Amino acid sequence: MNPTVNDSSRGIRIKGVSKVYSGTARPAVDAVSLDIAHGEFMTFLGPSGSGKTTMLSMLAGFVSVSAGSIEIDGRDVSRLKPHKRDLGVVFQQYALFPHLSVARNVAFPLQQRRMRKADIAAKVAETLELVHLGPYADRLPGHLSGGQQQRVALARAVVYQPRALLMDEPLGALDKRLRDRLQREIARMHRELGMTFIFVTHDQHEALTLSDRIAVFNEGRIEQVGAPAELYERPETLFVAQFLGESNGFRGTVDKAAGVLRCGAHALRAPRLDPRLDRAEGVAVVRPERLSLHGDAADVASGRNRLGATVTEVVYVGDRHQVGLRFADGTTGTATHPVGSPLPAMPGECVTVSWDPEHQSIVTGGAGAPVPPVAAEIPADA
Amino acid sequence: MSDTSGGRQGGRDGGLGWGLRTAVALTVLLLITPTVVVIPMSFSGADTFQFPPESWSLRWYRSFFGSEKWMYALLTSVQIGLLVAACATVLGVAVALGLNRSRFRGLGAVRTLMTAPMIMPGIVVAVAVYGVFIRWQLNGTAVGFVIAHTVLALPFVVTAVSTSLAGYDRTMDVAAATLGATAWTTFVRITVPLVAPGVLSGFAFAFVTSLDEVVVALFLQTPDIQTLPVQMYNSITLEIDPTIAAASSLMVTATTLVLLVPQFVRRERRTR
Ligand SMILES: Nc1ncnc2c1ncn2[C@@H]1O[C@H](COP(=O)(O)OP(=O)(O)OP(=O)(O)O)[C@@H](O)[C@H]1O
Ligand SMILES: [Mg+2]
Repeated sequence: MNPTVNDSSRGIRIKGVSKVYSGTARPAVDAVSLDIAHGEFMTFLGPSGSGKTTMLSMLAGFVSVSAGSIEIDGRDVSRLKPHKRDLGVVFQQYALFPHLSVARNVAFPLQQRRMRKADIAAKVAETLELVHLGPYADRLPGHLSGGQQQRVALARAVVYQPRALLMDEPLGALDKRLRDRLQREIARMHRELGMTFIFVTHDQHEALTLSDRIAVFNEGRIEQVGAPAELYERPETLFVAQFLGESNGFRGTVDKAAGVLRCGAHALRAPRLDPRLDRAEGVAVVRPERLSLHGDAADVASGRNRLGATVTEVVYVGDRHQVGLRFADGTTGTATHPVGSPLPAMPGECVTVSWDPEHQSIVTGGAGAPVPPVAAEIPADA
Repeated sequence: MSDTSGGRQGGRDGGLGWGLRTAVALTVLLLITPTVVVIPMSFSGADTFQFPPESWSLRWYRSFFGSEKWMYALLTSVQIGLLVAACATVLGVAVALGLNRSRFRGLGAVRTLMTAPMIMPGIVVAVAVYGVFIRWQLNGTAVGFVIAHTVLALPFVVTAVSTSLAGYDRTMDVAAATLGATAWTTFVRITVPLVAPGVLSGFAFAFVTSLDEVVVALFLQTPDIQTLPVQMYNSITLEIDPTIAAASSLMVTATTLVLLVPQFVRRERRTR
């Protein structure tokens, strides 16, 4: 889980990279800068059309760079052909060679590097062991299941020890159970190989479980880069807050001097406000599991933020209750409540909602972007 | 599902209705009748055409293989056929690759145009070719035959190769590139092996097209250069010689074999 960052000349450096496809006006990737450390597991996460594939294609060299530069291990590769970049790529649709056996598919990149026959055989056998496909060496790809085919593709992409492994939604074509298994296998391969992995997905769970760091893409830009916990606990934009997990949002105006966010008549405590946010329109974002519900407002400890709400529904989801809320200003939200303790209010009844200001993030909705109603959940498989 | 959608299918049981079945049977009968008649006839012992034959012999095959005229025509046909197959395959692969990998307005029109020789009446093509070749002095030359037959065979090659290219996933080229292969290596090691069956059947079709072609060949023939079908035509207009039955049977067999080769190659690969 800790990338080797001691050698700063190794790794991938993306500097102000943009891509404008010919015949389009809006850039598909817009001035993206990102440093990926050697050995890091970096995930590009974002909704459909946010530019993840385009960014990955520019790294691999399938798509030319309109502006900016890409360095791999200190070398500018922006103008290099794909076969000169020494990267491994795994495609969503496997892209195995159907007329070559599993072993010969895996041997292909080694043959291109003019390795000796005996060495190729040893290396292929070793790599097929890594993906547990030893017994399938002589099969044709068409005679394997989807999961097995993707493991062959993985083996083929790492066998020549490329500088990094790029994967564009490699699990997208697999069913849920296989996806979980292959996720674990990819995580294990990353540990064992110590190679830089760059992984594209629009599945937040996949991103959260696999990554050292996640870059959240939106409309061609990176909204935020950080470790999974950092993104989840400290989202910097409303988009990140809503794309990763569920969240409640309370809209207001920042008052830096008083250290609060003013939401109508209420003032929400907001410690350590960024001075640049002063007087700006902001949203206080809190995760459902950080909200506490109280039947009596007097029970709320001092120092906590509080708001009155009406319970709209209570859904039992096994390990907890999911409580739907409507606040005085009409916004809706969700809180979770442990199954062990009695519910302070039933649907239709009033309740006081409280949370520790340390567990809230003040974000802006992005320049001029209409901020959608809060507490929307992006389904994992959208 | 056959219960609920019976109306849209051929029959209540989901199979072919009896009407359709009869039509299929009649068509098959019509297609194989000439073969069923001509092959027994070639083994007849009689001096003239006889069906069904009263006695059996190989005399017409002996006559065929013993005749300098027939052997010369056979050799001419095979030589022209191979040259045509080679030319049509090279051109056809180039055209199919071009059509497959370019996107421009009028692509559909070009595709249709490529099949024109298939639907144009043979006699029209023959007259046109004859007229042009007189000016170019290509009548009665091997080059003339090869050019004319290549034009006729090209659509078959383009169709066969296009079909196999359509099933070729271009991400494999991209994958090969990331694995360190140059464009040339990718072509030789990935594209060619995968597209080869289509090319092979295009080659076979082209060969057979030339071997069977009679209308243009009649126009281009001189006493020095006659293909097998022309020799057959000439022989039957001059004399009643059952050797032609032997020639026909051999041609049916050869054609069938040539067209089956690509099928076998394909099956072989799949089960390897
Ligand atoms: N070849 C192309 N020509 C023109 N526009 C393109 C091309 N490829 C992608 N785009 C556009 O660029 C934008 C980003 O596309 P991209 O494929 O990078 O998104 P993505 O994040 O990978 O989405 P998804 O999750 O659906 O795969 C989209 O608006 C898309 O329409
Ligand atoms: Mg994509």
